[in-house]
Amino acid sequence: MERALLHHALTQISMAAEDGGFHAPTIDEFFPPIVLFEGTPFALNRIMLIRLAVMVVLVLFVVLGTRALRLVPTRMSSIVEFPFDFVRKNIAYEVLGEHDGKRFLPLITTIFFLVIGMNVTSIIPGLNIAGTSVIGLPLLLAVIAWVVFIYAGLKKNGAGFLKASLFPPGVPKPLYLLLTPIEFLSTFILRPVTLTLRLTMNMLVGHLLLVLFFSATWFFFFQQGPNGFSLFGLGTLAFGAAFTLFELFVAALQAYIFALLTAVYIQLSLAEEH
Amino acid sequence: MDTTTLAALSGNIATVGYGLAAIGPGIGVGIVVGKAIEGISRQPELQGRLQTQMFIGIAFTEALALIGIATGFIFR
Repeated sequence: MERALLHHALTQISMAAEDGGFHAPTIDEFFPPIVLFEGTPFALNRIMLIRLAVMVVLVLFVVLGTRALRLVPTRMSSIVEFPFDFVRKNIAYEVLGEHDGKRFLPLITTIFFLVIGMNVTSIIPGLNIAGTSVIGLPLLLAVIAWVVFIYAGLKKNGAGFLKASLFPPGVPKPLYLLLTPIEFLSTFILRPVTLTLRLTMNMLVGHLLLVLFFSATWFFFFQQGPNGFSLFGLGTLAFGAAFTLFELFVAALQAYIFALLTAVYIQLSLAEEH
Repeated sequence: MDTTTLAALSGNIATVGYGLAAIGPGIGVGIVVGKAIEGISRQPELQGRLQTQMFIGIAFTEALALIGIATGFIFR
């Protein structure tokens, strides 16, 4: 696996290695050249192709995995059903309760599967970049979550939702001058912004670190000639391997946090006033 | 050579800015999670609810660190 990742790092540095120095990855990593349909709004680069591929894989996973549903699951269908049950029990029912959990379960399941599917490509050799590391997809999911939690609050309490979230009860009247702008910012602006940025930045930074470790390994071993400094290459290789495992954990964790926070924001909108 | 310049630094101060911005949320998230763990250890039966509250707390305090990252790109 490291071979493929080293090869990927190679393509970065071999182009710019004339002066023999080390070239760390830059933000241009996330804007690869356009491969298909250049010039149209549907221009596809590597990241978009990865997103489309993950979408096809997810659809196939769900359709083929649930084709022969039986009351007592077989071993294969247990594996397919495990993430669904995890999302339903540990995220939706835990936070929202059974009734509202059932209502919003499709959204939360979709968010969880999309995020974890797109995140995991950052460690798959050959693909090496997360579909969620550029801001478009996290922004879309965060906007959907934002619209849904506002909708849930408005449907349940009507204008009382706005009153309860912007003017929390139990506060002396003059303090509302200070509190309401802060509450507005925190509830209606920061929630989607932080959802987007948390996911994007985690994946972006993870990818940059992985590229850094593997291109540093290449640099130490091959580019600056086998000498004493090559031993650092062993260190960066070990770090690269360890960080790949950590990145897998972060991919799953970020999916869990995104889905959980969506559920929590919906629950906060639906909460009864004291 | 300019005789009044003793030392000079070059680069982008946005990276330093993010490092400074991350101190507070780092400590804050540590406190939130620590208190949640403490609460769970005192009353294990409340583990589900305390864990949910912990994630809400993390979302709030982490917001400032994430804004810190974004300002590096905004104020170029």
